[in-house]
Order: sequence, then structure tokens, then C-alpha cells
Amino acid sequence: MTARVVLQPADITRALTRISHEILESVGSSASELVILGIPTRGVVLAQRIAAILESIEPGSGTVGSLDVTMYRDDLSAQPTRPPSPTQIPAGGIDGKTVVLVDDVLFSGRTIRAALDAIGDHGRPRAVRLAVLVDRGHRELPIRADFVGKNLPTSLDERIAVRLDETDGREEVTITR
Amino acid sequence: MRHLLSTRDLDRETAIEILDVAEDMADVAIREVKKLPTLRNKTVINLFFEDSTRTRTSFELAAKRLSADLINFSAKGSSVSKGESLKDTAQTLAAMGADAVVIRHSASGAPRVLADSGWIDAAILNAGDGTHEHPTQALLDAFTIRKRLHGSASRGRDLDGVAVTIVGDILHSRVARSNVWLLNTLGASVRLVAPATLLPPGVEHWPVELGFDLDDAVDAGPDAIMMLRIQAERMHAAYFPSAGEYSRQWGLDDERFNRLRADTMVMHPGPMNRGLEISSRAADSGQSTVLEQVANGVSIRMAVLYLLLSGAVEQGRAS
Repeated sequence: MTARVVLQPADITRALTRISHEILESVGSSASELVILGIPTRGVVLAQRIAAILESIEPGSGTVGSLDVTMYRDDLSAQPTRPPSPTQIPAGGIDGKTVVLVDDVLFSGRTIRAALDAIGDHGRPRAVRLAVLVDRGHRELPIRADFVGKNLPTSLDERIAVRLDETDGREEVTITR
Repeated sequence: MRHLLSTRDLDRETAIEILDVAEDMADVAIREVKKLPTLRNKTVINLFFEDSTRTRTSFELAAKRLSADLINFSAKGSSVSKGESLKDTAQTLAAMGADAVVIRHSASGAPRVLADSGWIDAAILNAGDGTHEHPTQALLDAFTIRKRLHGSASRGRDLDGVAVTIVGDILHSRVARSNVWLLNTLGASVRLVAPATLLPPGVEHWPVELGFDLDDAVDAGPDAIMMLRIQAERMHAAYFPSAGEYSRQWGLDDERFNRLRADTMVMHPGPMNRGLEISSRAADSGQSTVLEQVANGVSIRMAVLYLLLSGAVEQGRAS
């Protein structure tokens, strides 16, 4: 069991800044129609940080919320019962907006599949995009990210851990074999 | 959690978890699509040996909001009225593949019998058994109190220091019993007020303060006052002289309502006897939580169904 640090705090900040710029470029002049939705737990923190960066680049573009996907998972009966986390949809709703889903690690794609189902129950966005801090591969569904902080080719027996100040008291991404 | 039979065996952590999950379930009611796919592959059976519209409908709505299949199985007009035993009914439901059975029965302990019998391998939810317990009612009452006190900051909180007064027919009330245990577990202090004839033997061992005088209890300024329903059949059984006498001594009339703190919650499990245990002014006031209790009941029952029916099979479940 050796943990190797693959992203330092400065790398994480740089990745989020780049993702934020790419998000703004992709929506062109309709930045005010953006809704950034983080997937609990760490996706929410990342979404808030991205929204803050968006706000500093283009004021009025950083509407942020959270989207819990627990109740939409396809593995509920294979794991111990997990309590859901709060979902907070911004006051303006998501109808006609461009929703950017934010998660820390993209792996099998099943969480995002659940998130797409959850979004559909909250409204009908104009488009849904996906931003992740780390894409580690091994997709089990036809899902890909639009904005990626870092691509990390991994093997299935490796573990990726994302730690953030707000949730873990320190800031790093490690890979453990 | 495998079954929900009683609030007495809920610890504080589990109780708060149920209330917290119910917070998330409450959010479903205000969304565009008021439905979750979570229990899509589960079958819930409402097994009601006693008449009930509110509780049965509430469970029905909760199961349907979670996409479970729900079947109502009431005693009237079924094989039960032809003399079928609880055992045979349970085995029939098991053969139909029930994942959860919501049971209401006039016999105290019937849900426990079902859970321990081995006749059926489903989660058992007590929806009221005799004069024993009605756990989801107590949970929705606690949820309502917490929500009124803390609003959107309710998650994770207990009821430490909250004073709740329960008034009425404690002797026959499963709602009172479930509330006493749960409120006590959550840290609230409970005061019971009733005619001496309507207090159960052994009540002095309960974790409550006892009183016979509603005026004293009103002037003590509780955070919540819960009025229990006086059932018509009790009036003829000489527990108290007359309905008018009961109302004068133990009813929340306008005069007593006026003396309550302006933020004291007025609670009632329903259905209400207006003018008997509660006045219309009290029931329709802004302090009344009666309709919130009904709405919160659906959220609580969704939370309990979710916690009992999702998740990997726990140890001992198959036994």
C-alpha cells in the first residue's frame, strides 16, 4: 500500500481555473444561463469553487447547487443502506439552462447515469455537461466528461483518493496501489 | 434496521437518521416530478385489520413516491373476515413475494409476532397495534417539532430541552406511548396530563412528569402541546362523567389556547373532535401543526421504507 500524490494543492486550483475558463468558452454569451451542480460529497465543494471562479471572471455566471443521486443509484441493493445528502437546486430552477455536473472522480460512469436520471426529475435543461477533477478511465457506460482536470490512466486495483480542505482538512489527489 | 416495531428500541442516532432522511424525502414533494425510482423492484403490502384511512393512505403515498408496488389488504371483505389466522395470512403474503408488510392490528404485539414468527421474510412496519405503539406517528410528530423549531437547519439535531405536553386518553393511546419513548430518546421532556382514570397502571415508571390539571400544564408554557383524540366508545365506559365535563377539564378551549405562549405548537394526530378535546380556534390557528403533521407523515414513511428496503441484505435477515 503506497500512496503517491498526483495532484498538489496548486495543481487542483490550476485545474479548476482551466475548467472554469473552458466552461465559459463553451457557453459563449449565455453565461448567465449556467447552473453548476455538484454531486455530494466532494463534487459539491468543487462546484462551489468553480462557481466562485466563474463569478470572478464573469459576474452573474456562478449559480451553484447540489444534486444528490443516492436514490437513483443502480447498486442500492448491493451495498449497505446509505443516507441521502441534500439536493439544492438554485431558485431559478434548471429549465432551459445549461447544467454543468461536477464530480471529483469519473470512473464507471454509473454515478453520472444516476445524476442524469435525477436531473430529469427536476426539470428539462437545455444541455447537460460534465466536469470532473480526475478521469481515471474504466467506463462501464457510454459516458464521457466535457471538462477534465486531469486524465489519470489507472489499473482496476488502484485507488484514487481526492481530499479537499473543506471536507478532509487537506488538499491532494493520491493514487494507492 | 430490519423492522420498525416500536420507538422504544430506537437509539438516538437511528432516530435522528430517520428524521434526516425524511428531510430529503420532504424535498421530493416540491419538485417537478414527485417520484423517486428507488424502490422500483419492491412490493409493499398494507395489511390493515383495523379501519384507517389516514395512516393507510399516507403509507400508500409514501410507497408510491418511491416507486414501490403497493397492495392494500384490508380485513373487511377478505379471507381474514372468513376466519383466516394471522399465520395463514402472513404465509400467503410471503408466497406473493412481499418485501415489506405495513400492519395495523387491534392486538398489541401483533407486528412483533409477525416479525419473530418466521412465517414471512419481509420487513415489518408497525402502523398501530392495539394500545401498544404507533411508531411512525411519533416520528412524524418529532419531525414536525424539529422542523418548526429549526426550519431548514433541522438536519442532525435532536430535541434536547424541548418541553412537550401530551393531553388526553393516555391509557388507550399508542400514539402517546410511542411519543413518550421517542421524545425521551431525543432529549425532550414530556409531561402527561389526563384524568386519573385514563392513565395506565405503571405510568409512574415512565420517563415523564405526571399531572392531572391542564391549566397548570398550559401555564407552564410548553414548546408543544399534543391533544389526543377522545374516542367515542370511551365516553360510554365511565372513564369520565360526560363529554362536556371532559372538555371543560381537559380540552384545549379558546381560553386555555389564549394563555399558551404565542409560539407553542398545537398538535393533534387526527382525526379531531372539534369542540371536545380541541377548539376550532386552536385547531385552525397558525400555532396548529395538524396539516404539517399529515404532510410530514408521508416524508417519514418514505424515509422508513427507504431505510428498511434498500441496502444489502443484513446479517440474520434470511433466518
